[in-house]
Amino acid sequence: MQRLKQLYDWLDNRTGIKEHLREVLFETVPGGSRWRYVWGSTLTFTLMIQFITGIFLWMGYSASGQTSWESVYYIQEHMTGGHFLRGLHHWTAQVMTVLLVLHLMQVVIDGAYKAPREINFWFGIILLQLVLALSLTGYLLPWDQKGYWATKVATDIMGSTPIIGETMKQLVLGGADYGHHTLTRFFALHAGILPLSVIGLTVGHIYLFRRHGLTPKKPIKKADEYFWPEQVLKDAVACLAVLVTILVLHFAFNGAHLDAPADPSSAYPARPDWYFLFLFQFLKYFPGHWEVLGAVVLPGLAMTLVFLMPIIGKSERGHRFNVGLLFGILAFAGILTFVAVNADRNNPTYIASKEQAAREAAIVKELAENGIPPEGALALLQGPKLFAQHCASCHTYGGENGLGNSVEKPSAPDLKGFASREHLTELLHPERFESAKFFGNTAHAQKSKMHDFLNDEFDGINDDKDLRADMDLLIKAISAEAKLASQSKLDLEDREAIQKGRELFDEIGCIDCHALGGWNADDYSAPDLTGYGSRNWMLGIVNDPAHERFYGKKNDRMPAFGKDEKLTRRQMERLVDWLRGE
Amino acid sequence: MTNESDHNSKDEQPDRRQFIKGASCVIGAVIGSVPMVAGVRVSLSPLVDKEAAESGAMLRLGDLGDLETGVPMKFAIVADKSDKWTRYKDVPVGAVYLVKQKEDAKEPVVAFNTVCPHLGCFVDYRKEETDFFCPCHDSNFALDGKLKNGVSPRGMDTLEVELRNTTEVWVKFQRFKANSKDKIAIS
Ligand code: FES
Repeated sequence: MQRLKQLYDWLDNRTGIKEHLREVLFETVPGGSRWRYVWGSTLTFTLMIQFITGIFLWMGYSASGQTSWESVYYIQEHMTGGHFLRGLHHWTAQVMTVLLVLHLMQVVIDGAYKAPREINFWFGIILLQLVLALSLTGYLLPWDQKGYWATKVATDIMGSTPIIGETMKQLVLGGADYGHHTLTRFFALHAGILPLSVIGLTVGHIYLFRRHGLTPKKPIKKADEYFWPEQVLKDAVACLAVLVTILVLHFAFNGAHLDAPADPSSAYPARPDWYFLFLFQFLKYFPGHWEVLGAVVLPGLAMTLVFLMPIIGKSERGHRFNVGLLFGILAFAGILTFVAVNADRNNPTYIASKEQAAREAAIVKELAENGIPPEGALALLQGPKLFAQHCASCHTYGGENGLGNSVEKPSAPDLKGFASREHLTELLHPERFESAKFFGNTAHAQKSKMHDFLNDEFDGINDDKDLRADMDLLIKAISAEAKLASQSKLDLEDREAIQKGRELFDEIGCIDCHALGGWNADDYSAPDLTGYGSRNWMLGIVNDPAHERFYGKKNDRMPAFGKDEKLTRRQMERLVDWLRGE
Repeated sequence: MTNESDHNSKDEQPDRRQFIKGASCVIGAVIGSVPMVAGVRVSLSPLVDKEAAESGAMLRLGDLGDLETGVPMKFAIVADKSDKWTRYKDVPVGAVYLVKQKEDAKEPVVAFNTVCPHLGCFVDYRKEETDFFCPCHDSNFALDGKLKNGVSPRGMDTLEVELRNTTEVWVKFQRFKANSKDKIAIS
């Protein structure tokens, strides 16, 4: 303790810290401490949380079209504590918006904006707008569907402002279209320019607040007190309550949401974050060229009125007008927000696309577990999307269309885990082969050679251990042809069994129709199983299933995607890589 | 000038005041530490979240026929690599020198990692001087990798070589800890 005091004296000697501390702590609170004075402190506290969590998030964030979503995903899912850190940052931003409104309400109701505090009020209003700008810019940074589309709408509104709109939009986006520079610019705003401005103005705000002192709530009933410790305790408890609220929100909503990566090619119901919803709803009442009125003119007018409050509020009547105006705006915004939320809640299209977006987000996150290609996470979704679009009219993927939706009347085999041991175990089972999940609805089911062969050779496989063992060897051998990454270890371990399986393939007569190594068109009448399920084989069959190497003339309805130029080579690769789990 | 004891003097309940002061400090410390701890925890990720190190698989670099006895030849190592969220396919991750040995040697080919064991620069092969030379702090190595001066703590790092099908040269690419006397593999 003695040491500590010595150190304190030493420091004071060189900095005069005692004097400063005294000034800060022994500010007079007229009429004593009150709970209604805590809002400014809680805001300062949330700002502090945002600076701290923001800087640490910065360490993991990378602003560009191919890395924004990816790095946020990585922070959230792969870095210890990342989920919590991002949740804290996100929910503090939400709570901060509410605190801003509360602080403003307290200032206006108590008349704290009146002379000589006008400038400080204006500082506060600018701060409010800066914080909203921080929210707006931060919303885009994860580059996910909701941030992307919401920002697109916001910047398009900006672009429709007469005369300067288009120029401003280009400056903000860093070009004519959304891309790398949109992100780098938004990030510079979000983590550089805006926070610095906020710090500067907050210092000024607090300095002016100190200069003029607190505006006491009249009538004053109690004796004056110093700021320390009574008001400090109240402020601290209020901050604690704010923090608890943030934590509760974080845990209740399981952190911050991350949608699927931004995809300009997919439908998504764009909505701004909840605190801008009222503006979004407001806009709906101004169709066509009236839009400017709803987007710029009227909100601008309201803001101007708020700005003029210190001047309007000089008289008692003016003050009452101000209070009425503020409550009017808030009530109006509240009603509009409710209308917007309610409309969405009763809109099946909106709900359906939200659910679809959530499914896609889950799919892409699962795929990203194995690493993301340098082109970005959007590429990962191309496989399932192409499948849903081109294949799922006949095939299924685990009973679904690849994007988590059911398929009506599938007519071709399920392709999930294609060529894996599990897949073949089912496919080559005499009873399963002709089930609807595999070839049941195709020309290859009844009365085909394959059907007869399975029923002759493997009849009663359920009860016959030897038959099962034989089938097991065959499956290992055929599946090894696929060289699936997920099975590479097993394939290596079972080298002997695979060799035996290949021998069995010849012995029991598979080789009479299917080739396994060394295919030629004359000797084999059924699909070539050399490299069955491998990347090349799959690309081959997608390219042209009616090629002699595959189904030849027996091809049942499957289109030649590559040969007939329905898909590009790159698209086929994406599709095949996804099917192969790469 | 006032000081703190003056402020306290008019207080009638010193215990209560003491409690309020204490409580303010405690709450302040707690709420301040939450974002700080949350942030620091994530920044420690490199120590906590160990990424699966890629085990050095054998890579095929070239053919015995491509090499000239006693003349180092440089080969780029192209391999799959993951970096945080990104998984790269076939990107350069390093380079090796292959030196074909004389007929009667125990090992037909010797492979060196091109990274200087001193502080990690890229070591050059100098044709005229017939040696390896590191341009950063002038480390000098003989063609068998042995130290020729005392800058680097150890000679150049050899890598495991395998001849398959009599002429294919396969190498197990690994990295080693810099500036230590012992050769310690780090991947
Ligand atoms: S790094 Fe090679 S000599 Fe220092």
